[in-house]
Amino acid sequence: MRRAFTPLVVLTAALFAAAPVFVAQAPYESTMGLVQKIFYVHLPSWVAMYSGIAVCGLASLLYLFKDNKTADCYAVAGAELAVLFGAMGLVTGPLWARKAWGVWWQWDVRLTTALLLWLIFVAYLLVRRYGGPGSEKLAAATSLFGLATAPFVYKSVDIWRTVHPTTNVVPTLAPEMARPLALCIVAFFALFVLLLMLRVDLAYRQVALDNLYLAEED
Amino acid sequence: MIRFWRTALLILRKDVTIEVKSREVLYTTLFFAVSAILIFSFGLVKEGQAPPDAAAAILWIAIAFAGTLALGRTFERERYGETLRALLLAPGPRPALYVGKLLGMLALLGIAELLLVPLIAFLFQAALISRPLLLFALLAGGTTGFCAVGTLFAAMLVRVRSRDVLLPIVLYPITIPVIIAGVRGTAALLAAPPDEATAVMWIGILLAFDTVFVTLSLWTFEPLMIE
Repeated sequence: MRRAFTPLVVLTAALFAAAPVFVAQAPYESTMGLVQKIFYVHLPSWVAMYSGIAVCGLASLLYLFKDNKTADCYAVAGAELAVLFGAMGLVTGPLWARKAWGVWWQWDVRLTTALLLWLIFVAYLLVRRYGGPGSEKLAAATSLFGLATAPFVYKSVDIWRTVHPTTNVVPTLAPEMARPLALCIVAFFALFVLLLMLRVDLAYRQVALDNLYLAEED
Repeated sequence: MIRFWRTALLILRKDVTIEVKSREVLYTTLFFAVSAILIFSFGLVKEGQAPPDAAAAILWIAIAFAGTLALGRTFERERYGETLRALLLAPGPRPALYVGKLLGMLALLGIAELLLVPLIAFLFQAALISRPLLLFALLAGGTTGFCAVGTLFAAMLVRVRSRDVLLPIVLYPITIPVIIAGVRGTAALLAAPPDEATAVMWIGILLAFDTVFVTLSLWTFEPLMIE
């Protein structure tokens, strides 16, 4: 893991340096024009958030059923990244909506459920932070419910008629838009993996420190 | 299977017996729900009239708030008597303990709803009871989803400090989809004429959420309750 760290930093930096060039070269969308370019940040943020949810949920499963302490380190890292990238999605969304729909926020199914999903993982962090001893398992259960809600949030735009575009947009994107989008998704995902490695490492050290304190007390 | 249900019903009987003697949770929950209705009516009523959908929203807010209070109190009783540990030590399937507790909560909130629905219908001149079966299905589905998650987390939180704050923090984001389905379904019933198709659609969504929530809770209850 550690040996992969430096190459990954270089790769992420290169991707983030290249992304603006590719995004600038992508054609303007016919009705929204320049403001549509926020799409190249908005969608990758949500992709990274779903990755965080997947990591947190699956790690919590391992932690709950196999009592795997390593998995718990991954779970907390995943949850923090889900909240971080979710916040980016929740900021870029309204910025785009203000220009495209004329309002900052619309109480439509996708926006409401996405906010809810984000709140579940904020709750996860709050429980861990303020729950005291024994709250890790409670938090793990919270994230399982979050994981169960996530597909519902993803599919909500196809079930209900919403102002938010459906999941059909990305597969049918014009190639000159799809390429920069793919690059941005890869860049965000690389950043996600990088931050995940850092955060898991920090969590390991916290566990090691706690164990040292316990050993000192005994 | 018989043993499972016998254990669950025993737990339910224990909770009902305690509650019938003290009526503490029922009375405090009901009082709280009525206060919540009053507060929200002040926020929503304009020139003596509430907006047409307000009754649905107020009913479900009252249920959610009162339900949180009841969940906290029921398990506080177990914690105070140190009885949850004894229940967990008792031979018998652990998920049955969860089911028993869940049934107890459902019974309690069911009684509360029995009083809240006519009260709200009366105070807001809402035709809540025009489609009793659909309303019953909505209430049953919504309450089951809410209590399924609530019972799991309230049981977990018995061991955690600052449990009073953490229960709503965890419970509301997870159960809001259920509350939304309940409110939208009830609002569809309040429309003139009642929009039965929409109500049935929301009942279906409630059922889907209930299935997910109850399955997940039954599945995680055992590993969660091991210390």
